[in-house]
Amino acid sequence: MKLLAFSGRTAKEILRDPLNLAFGIGFPVVLLLLLSAIQANIPVSLFEIQQLAPGIAVFGLAFFTLFSATLVARDRESAFLARLYTTPLTALDFILGYLLPLLPLALLQSLVCYGVAIILGLPVTGNILYAAALMLPAALFFLSTGLLCGSVLNVKQVGAVCGALFTNLTAWLSGTWFDLNLVGGVFRRIAHALPFVHAVELERAALRGSVSTLAPHLFWVLGYAAAATGLAVGLFLRQMKRQ
Amino acid sequence: MQAIKTEHLRKEYRDVTAVEDLNLQVAQGELFSLLGVNGAGKTTTIRMLSCLSRPTSGEALLGGKSIVRDTAAVKAMIGVSPQETAVAPNLTVKENLELMCGVHGFSKEKSRQKVTALSAQFGLDAVLKKKAGRLSGGWQRRLSIAMALISEPQILFLDEPTLGLDVLARSDLWDAIRALKGAITIILTTHYMEEAEALSDRIGIMKDGRLLTTGTAEELKQLAGKDKFEDAFVAIVKEDAT
Repeated sequence: MKLLAFSGRTAKEILRDPLNLAFGIGFPVVLLLLLSAIQANIPVSLFEIQQLAPGIAVFGLAFFTLFSATLVARDRESAFLARLYTTPLTALDFILGYLLPLLPLALLQSLVCYGVAIILGLPVTGNILYAAALMLPAALFFLSTGLLCGSVLNVKQVGAVCGALFTNLTAWLSGTWFDLNLVGGVFRRIAHALPFVHAVELERAALRGSVSTLAPHLFWVLGYAAAATGLAVGLFLRQMKRQ
Repeated sequence: MQAIKTEHLRKEYRDVTAVEDLNLQVAQGELFSLLGVNGAGKTTTIRMLSCLSRPTSGEALLGGKSIVRDTAAVKAMIGVSPQETAVAPNLTVKENLELMCGVHGFSKEKSRQKVTALSAQFGLDAVLKKKAGRLSGGWQRRLSIAMALISEPQILFLDEPTLGLDVLARSDLWDAIRALKGAITIILTTHYMEEAEALSDRIGIMKDGRLLTTGTAEELKQLAGKDKFEDAFVAIVKEDAT
């Protein structure tokens, strides 16, 4: 009941901000349309819809990091969290209350991306639902990173770190915009040590229905999701104790 | 009976002592103001008493419950309206009140009754459907206090409740606070002399983390030998400096 009340508030705060809707849903869709238009004129294998849609769906999740981090940081700065700390809500209520309501929203965003991709020519198969379900660990990673950043940064810093730096990292290191093998070397190694490219490759494998190739990518993403969640919980509890 | 009793309460932040050896007693139903300039230790005191900050040493009992050992019991009997308005900006006024009912585990029926009662008490009916973030500072403060009262607290902490409000909004809020007097114990921090004088049963003057003196506004004026309360405050604070 208490958790439900707090979760409902989290969902409302995110959904009622028009900027969140514009960036969370609108921007990935626009990118999908734009890059598909480029692909139609100058064919690039990387921008074929089966390749592009998973990349954009994962990239869209980076905005959820920004949304959740901004919400937590703003709640800290406005003393809204301090007010709630004097109520019977427990630490677990806070953590789940920030994370749980955003998971279905993140999945909904992925489904919107794939829905638009279908209009643009993505074959309709059951693999799309499979891919959407496999988006969960990546969604948890991005949302936990948001909770983590919101626990240690102020609103202004969140804008810079999550809004600019993190979205760019997600874009550059995911293999969505350019083939990482073309850059090669250290850049490629760094990219493959991070979860972004694995999240995209996991989605691409799921769309292809290639069960044999998705396992290593899934483990990478699951590992990062677990680490980010653990760190986020630790840092949130630390700031809660400091409050 | 004492609603609040502190014993040698102290809070240190690294090399800064924010509150030092605070010994204070507040009676049930009393409106007690902590008055002092910025950095006097008023907010730190409230944060300790509301279990938001653990004292470095010392103890405080609220309704006989320890803020160190029995925080759950203390939290169950207090309401806090922080210095910042601390409302959910994208939720309507009604939803903010319902949220507080929800986090206290109230049933739907009880929530409805509480929202209706507090809306009437604080004149929020006209703005119930407006988003809290779009309200003026005065309305947000009213909402903030109403949210703090949802849990039917025995002790209410109001941290600088009229900070940044215009004269009319401040006067309206004073009326709302006066209406609460006697029913519950209120601890109010302020750096407005006229606010402390107009609202308080007793006033404690703080400076550099120390409680210099307590008394009614009249007693403090007599103590300082001044006719105006503001002059008395300045005299008491300056005398401590010499």
